[in-house]
Amino acid sequence: MLAIFIKRVLMAIPVLLAVATMTFFLIKLAPGGPFDAEKAVSPQVLKNLNAVYNLDASQWEQYTDYMTGVVQGDFGPSFKYPGRSVTEMISSGLPITFELAMYAILIALVIGILSGVLAALKRNTMLDFIPMAIAMIGICVPTFLMGPLLVLIFGIQLELLPVAGWGQLSGDKILPSITLGFAYAAYIARLSRGGMLEVLNQDFIRTARAKGLTERMVVIKHAMQGGLIPVVSFLGPAIAGLLAGSFVVETIFQIPGLGRFYVEAALNRDYTMILGTTIFFSAMIVFFNLLSDLASLWLNPRSRDV
Amino acid sequence: MSKNSSLWSDAIYRLTRNKAAMMGGGILVALIISALLAPWIAPYSYSYQDLDLGASPPSAEHLLGTDILGRDLLSRILYGARVSLLVGFVATGVALVIGVSWGIIAGYFGGRVDSVMMRIVDILYGLPFIIFVILLMVIFGSNLWLLFGAIGAVEWLTMSRIVRGQVIVLKNQEFVLAAKAMGVSNFSMFKRHLLPNILGPIAVYATLTIPAVMLLESFLSFLGLGIQPPMSSWGTLIKDGVESMEEFSWLLIYPGLTFTITLFALNFFGDGLRDALDPKTTDN
Repeated sequence: MLAIFIKRVLMAIPVLLAVATMTFFLIKLAPGGPFDAEKAVSPQVLKNLNAVYNLDASQWEQYTDYMTGVVQGDFGPSFKYPGRSVTEMISSGLPITFELAMYAILIALVIGILSGVLAALKRNTMLDFIPMAIAMIGICVPTFLMGPLLVLIFGIQLELLPVAGWGQLSGDKILPSITLGFAYAAYIARLSRGGMLEVLNQDFIRTARAKGLTERMVVIKHAMQGGLIPVVSFLGPAIAGLLAGSFVVETIFQIPGLGRFYVEAALNRDYTMILGTTIFFSAMIVFFNLLSDLASLWLNPRSRDV
Repeated sequence: MSKNSSLWSDAIYRLTRNKAAMMGGGILVALIISALLAPWIAPYSYSYQDLDLGASPPSAEHLLGTDILGRDLLSRILYGARVSLLVGFVATGVALVIGVSWGIIAGYFGGRVDSVMMRIVDILYGLPFIIFVILLMVIFGSNLWLLFGAIGAVEWLTMSRIVRGQVIVLKNQEFVLAAKAMGVSNFSMFKRHLLPNILGPIAVYATLTIPAVMLLESFLSFLGLGIQPPMSSWGTLIKDGVESMEEFSWLLIYPGLTFTITLFALNFFGDGLRDALDPKTTDN
């Protein structure tokens, strides 16, 4: 058990290194330098700029310098916003994105598990059909459509909630969190329904019922533990998806989080910012994948053998 | 063909009895035909501007209204369908080619080849691919063919796992062993013996990949990193619609509706196809 844990953790290190290296050299392939601005810069200025940003060193030297910095948490300067470092921008955006993602995943877990478990227990009744139909909508309506539609309905038509921002007006966190969480609530509802249905037919559930446990105990204590394993394994990939969702949600609601910085950096071709955030995102995704892997290993002893 | 016909005719029979899948299929066929015929059936050209008219709500002349530049929305949705569906099919094709060859080779040769190839797939699974697609678009510019390649290169992983699993089951069956004993070359083994027997799962997974690919494309276009004007896809139409939704809500609602219906249709058809080809999974 411990050996598998250690093996998984160790496997993450070369993966991260490969991602960082690949991103670094891919960015170097990009056409144009960081200082090809609207105004042409004189050769002398360009030379000085290159010296300041260490661009006159050899590729290998730049790479090792950069990687040493990254390990120490220094992602270098932003090329588009002079005077701001990438690390600064990441640390100003991260708490916001993190909070948004937490609300979203909370919404997704509560709504998803409740409706999924209920649908499985009340199979083939309205309590099964209606939530599952809504879940199908949640899966088919993309985030970038769901967000604007919610804004249109609750923000503009009904004037119930603010249409943009984060933490400035009361209730402005509600729409972004729902927008981001809805699709995941849908997936989790389907996964927990499927998982529960599979478990509820098994012998140990019959045993639990036979020995006179209340239905509530059977469901909570016995069935859910096995039935929700698919949900746990889904959480790792879901974090990666949440990140992509945060690009969209933060753009729609004008939230100054990491996702919006990333999209802006991509549109502005702020190469160092892209490089830094890509490495940072990758590290987070690898980390959360690892976490959900380990969690499902812990919950499901059978998968340890494979 | 005679050996396969019972499986396929069975599947087709089951598929035709699945109403949701047939409706999805019907919508898809209608969409594909209208996308192909867009230059002939669209009431206006997608770039024709009636600047005096500006944004107008749906009317007899413009069934779905016009955008800020006075362009007919219905025509733009029809032309957008060409790009969106093209991306869906071509990128899925790329994913199919890579995924199927990878899976067949890994499954058939087994042993060390298999473990190395599948370990690579495992590692790639853990990577933030969406970020890599964005990275590629930033570095090399938003080129339509690059978009196909980049999305295809992201979506092949699951396909390779499915194919590998199937091939491992097949490769110990008598007909494969017999073919091997007769000295059939590896290539014709793949082409003549293995591939025809795994077409079912491949077809199912391909139909389910298309909506995922279309979502990815429209996601990129929505962020401004995908299809660039003057070309338009459904993603760019939705993006434009969002920008002016306060005054002109129809610019968001109709493209959004078209896109959602298409995704529904693809998902229902894919689910139906899976149930038809593999009756065992129907219960879940």
